[in-house]
Amino acid sequence: MSTLSERILGAPAGAYVDREVDLAFAHDGTGILAREALRDMGVEHLPHPGRLRLIFDHIVPANTGTTATLQAELRGYARSSGIALTDAGGGICHQVMSEGAVRPGMVVVGADSHSCTLGAFGAFATGVGATDMAAIWASGATWFRVPETIAIRLGGNLTGAAEPKDVALTYVSKLGMEGATYRALEFVGDGAAGISMDGRLTLCNMAVETGAKTGMFYADATTVSYLAEHGVSVAPRTLEDCRYEREVDIDLSDIVPLVAVQHRVDTVREVEEVSGTQIDQVFVGTCTNGRYEDLARFAGIVRGEKVAVRTLVVPASRAVLARAIATGVLADIVDAGCMVAPPGCGPCLGAHMGVLGEGEVCLSTANRNFKNRMGVGGEIYIASASTAAASALAGEIAVPEVA
Amino acid sequence: MQGEGPAVCLGSDVDTDQIIAGRYLRTKDRSVWAEHLLEDLDPTLAGRARGAVIVAGRNMGCGSSREQAVVALREAGVVGVVAPSFARIFFRNAINVGLPVIEAPVPPCTDGARVVFDLDAGWVEVDGERYPARPLSGKMVAILRAGGLVPYWRSRR
Repeated sequence: MSTLSERILGAPAGAYVDREVDLAFAHDGTGILAREALRDMGVEHLPHPGRLRLIFDHIVPANTGTTATLQAELRGYARSSGIALTDAGGGICHQVMSEGAVRPGMVVVGADSHSCTLGAFGAFATGVGATDMAAIWASGATWFRVPETIAIRLGGNLTGAAEPKDVALTYVSKLGMEGATYRALEFVGDGAAGISMDGRLTLCNMAVETGAKTGMFYADATTVSYLAEHGVSVAPRTLEDCRYEREVDIDLSDIVPLVAVQHRVDTVREVEEVSGTQIDQVFVGTCTNGRYEDLARFAGIVRGEKVAVRTLVVPASRAVLARAIATGVLADIVDAGCMVAPPGCGPCLGAHMGVLGEGEVCLSTANRNFKNRMGVGGEIYIASASTAAASALAGEIAVPEVA
Repeated sequence: MQGEGPAVCLGSDVDTDQIIAGRYLRTKDRSVWAEHLLEDLDPTLAGRARGAVIVAGRNMGCGSSREQAVVALREAGVVGVVAPSFARIFFRNAINVGLPVIEAPVPPCTDGARVVFDLDAGWVEVDGERYPARPLSGKMVAILRAGGLVPYWRSRR
């Protein structure tokens, strides 16, 4: 009778374990530091290069000569070491890994805090820093403290314009920014089955905003058919009766469009309460909401209209972009007057392209609205793709129409 | 493992974007990170960090996994970081770069308070008041004692 984390890590909550890592990935930001640490360790030969990935997403394409040189160095290392590289334009690491690489039951470690996203497949997926990643490159393994688990019990179905992002903001506000520190979240209950794979990735993505080590769904029919579309055959997992540290109930039918107001992700209001707030920019994308379903929802609202503020749309991966082209979603977005940037993290972390000026306000579909994150003096409101679309058309924060 | 120094106090939920902003990640020059440590929160802080112990509020180091945050603190000369709770990646990163982190129920303090910690004995004192520190796992202690994960790794080869 174990939680998913206990089953996968093979020990009870609280135990420290050394565990082989099935898949490990780093991006252009953390990969450079991991490479440095590996060199300092004096390691030349990697025992398991086939388990490793490098994915360029944080500053793509490179914005300065310095960035380009650092990326060239890491690109060269990928070639010489045998680590598979997804170069600039391929997409955000978590999204790329979600397109057929991660399977239920795996131990997946990423050198990025939002690596918890991949728990959506019923994998134990978590983030580490660059030196931990270097040690994984060097040995194929790492240590974990098996986390206690908090259950997020979902009931009912989403209605109206509410979407998985609003569910994510709901549990983050209920738990708070450190409500799940060192814990795992498991999304269970009858309502979980009705959430799409894209939606589950959104929900698990924000687990770290509560301090959690990972967020997880049990692999079910939705997981099996999603992975089958990516050429991967897996079996569903059954939920065991297990001991949760705590349970949080969320009735999906109660959820309405929500927004996290600056500068805390857990300070959440109904969109209605802040509607009319002037904005300077709308940003749709990131590892939270740059997936096909997000772009399709956004396009469904802006189709045939014109946006009233500068609006930047960044698909989460090349596959997402290609699908949006094939279905006409991208044409709707471009025709509405939005800018489309190459797949990657975009301006989410304030490193390049689309950053905010002093006093500017952005309505973003990302996961963090920390002070100054997208630019010194800029303010960030966090919401869903539908709220972003309604707000882009209005030029101010606006409640999305019922779909 | 012991340390001491005057306190530099921070509030709760200090995220790694505040410790080192995203705009400074386009380099691997460690002195740049030390120079811009906590810049947007308090531009004078980087200059006061050498020899100091950071005493933060809850959820220290939340947000991004960027290891530049703990490297910036270490390079700026911070002796250790004390807080009632830490975000887990920040905590792991700190140990991996040899920066002592002490989880202890310390109340909010004032800058300049005398801070002494003893990780082996498991306590921290702020202005003479002693608080119990949460024990680290054996492996964490070994990594910290070695000066970080890189020297720990080298010593075991």
